[in-house]
Amino acid sequence: MSPRRQRNEEFTSYYGRPILKQPTWHALDIAGYIFAGGLAAASSMLGAGAQHSGRPALERSAKLTALTAISASVVALVHDLGRPERFVNMLRVAKPTSPMSVGSWILSVYGPLAGASALSNLTGVLPRAGRAAGVGAAVAGSAVATYTAVLLADTAVPTWHDAHEVLPFVFAGSAAASAGGVAAALSPVVQAGPARRMAVGGAVLETVMSLKMERSGNLSTETLHQGRAGTLLRLSKACTVGGAVGLALGGRHSRLVSAVSGASVAAGSALLRFGIFEAGKASTIDPKYVVVPQRERLEAREAAAAPAVSTQAPAK
Amino acid sequence: MSVTQLGMPAIGVPRKGFFTDTSLCIGCKACEVACKEWNSVPADTSMQLTGESFDNTSALGADTWRHVAFIEQKVPATDPSAHDGVKWLMSSDVCKHCTNAACLDVCPTGALFRTEHGTVVVQQDVCNGCGYCVSACPYGVIDQRKEDGRVFKCTMCYDRLGAGEEPACAKACPTKSIQYGELDELRARADARLEELHERGEEGARLYGRDPDDGVGGDGAFFLLLDEPETYGLPPDPVVTTRDLPAMWKRAAGAAAGMLVGAAVIFWGGRK
Repeated sequence: MSPRRQRNEEFTSYYGRPILKQPTWHALDIAGYIFAGGLAAASSMLGAGAQHSGRPALERSAKLTALTAISASVVALVHDLGRPERFVNMLRVAKPTSPMSVGSWILSVYGPLAGASALSNLTGVLPRAGRAAGVGAAVAGSAVATYTAVLLADTAVPTWHDAHEVLPFVFAGSAAASAGGVAAALSPVVQAGPARRMAVGGAVLETVMSLKMERSGNLSTETLHQGRAGTLLRLSKACTVGGAVGLALGGRHSRLVSAVSGASVAAGSALLRFGIFEAGKASTIDPKYVVVPQRERLEAREAAAAPAVSTQAPAK
Repeated sequence: MSVTQLGMPAIGVPRKGFFTDTSLCIGCKACEVACKEWNSVPADTSMQLTGESFDNTSALGADTWRHVAFIEQKVPATDPSAHDGVKWLMSSDVCKHCTNAACLDVCPTGALFRTEHGTVVVQQDVCNGCGYCVSACPYGVIDQRKEDGRVFKCTMCYDRLGAGEEPACAKACPTKSIQYGELDELRARADARLEELHERGEEGARLYGRDPDDGVGGDGAFFLLLDEPETYGLPPDPVVTTRDLPAMWKRAAGAAAGMLVGAAVIFWGGRK
């Protein structure tokens, strides 16, 4: 489907009212959680790499970042519930059809591993177990960073669902970019080489995959360019690309350049999550994002079912 | 294919449903009132007039489990000297109790479940208000009660069904626009009614949610409409979001594996 194709967007809505309900989620809690979870997850990967490549300062900062970020994100998740005191109900079933259920179990594996690894590193207690936990956190982290894409895509929200094929890669890139950026900002430049490479590689993946998502030709991609979401996503790209260029060119030589550029890449990642969140919300408000693609699908199916009939549908 | 875990009960009572024949609806709102009364559903708005025909309820939601839509349409006069006429479309909307129910699929606590009647119901003592079902429903039916935190929707009067009674809305409907019964029988009845209306020249008549092969596997509550679904605020071709879930998990697994490989490469790729 070509993005430039002219669409027939004429239809009769019910007094212009939305068909879908707006997500009940709050941007700060859920977009914030997705950012912090991604930051924690990819930081655990940096921590595990650092512990096996003799980079103690990078290991320390990455593991502390992971623990801080995952703690904040769990608080945000619980805070967003309508009944926070019933948080543990998440663990009364395990349902592969519910990305939120899967995510709860992923977090309940990842959180303790990231915590144990960071505490062992800080206190020096049980160093071998701490390192094993660090490797475990890196592996579990790969799920933490990417399942959130399925969490958003597995909804009727047009912008999120339409992006379901690329969103895991957008989020993987974004998670790597944020963790690399934060670690590059917090670690001495001599040890931060892998962090810089992670930030730059993540930024490239994030940007390429975001552009792919924005140009998929789905009507709902409009919401990624307009309004608040459009502003957030444009800012995101400026921060991500600018920070990545800064890290690639000057990160090796200057702690200051490293800190500013790293923070910029991480900010770009956060803005991306908030932008996608807002775009999804906007796509539930205007019924055309529901009706127009569904009508096109319906008409294509009817045309395929009755190829012999050449008459137009009644004009009314 | 949906990956609904809790599909239709294989044994037990036959699947129950609603057939709402909007060609019989007179817009009395007895269904809305009976539903509120029986289920003790709180008032949802302060008294206010929308100016949208006789509809001041506007949409289904946590506090509206039956909603009567009013659509005013101009009927052009055939005689040029006469005035244009107006016709009303009225329709009582309700939760569709989908065969492949996205709300039920995505519920992380198991609060939403499939009853022995084949309906979809929220267990209020389990729901923790995560709101996932709200974003998953392709019809925009289920919603969160803000002051309570949990989600609410039509239960098809689960308590009445258990006692062998019909749901309150169907009981109160004075024109049999809302019909309750075994789904197979309702479908046969709807097919006959559609044929009758077409014979009478009601060309716009169509069944909505009746087809078991549609994107949600057919609705447990389906409709006879007199115009396009979107005119009534219904999605024309809804699909259960979890149909694409296996593909999504595969993509996510690929991205996760890619991250781990990438992380190894940035530490040990190409240099000592």
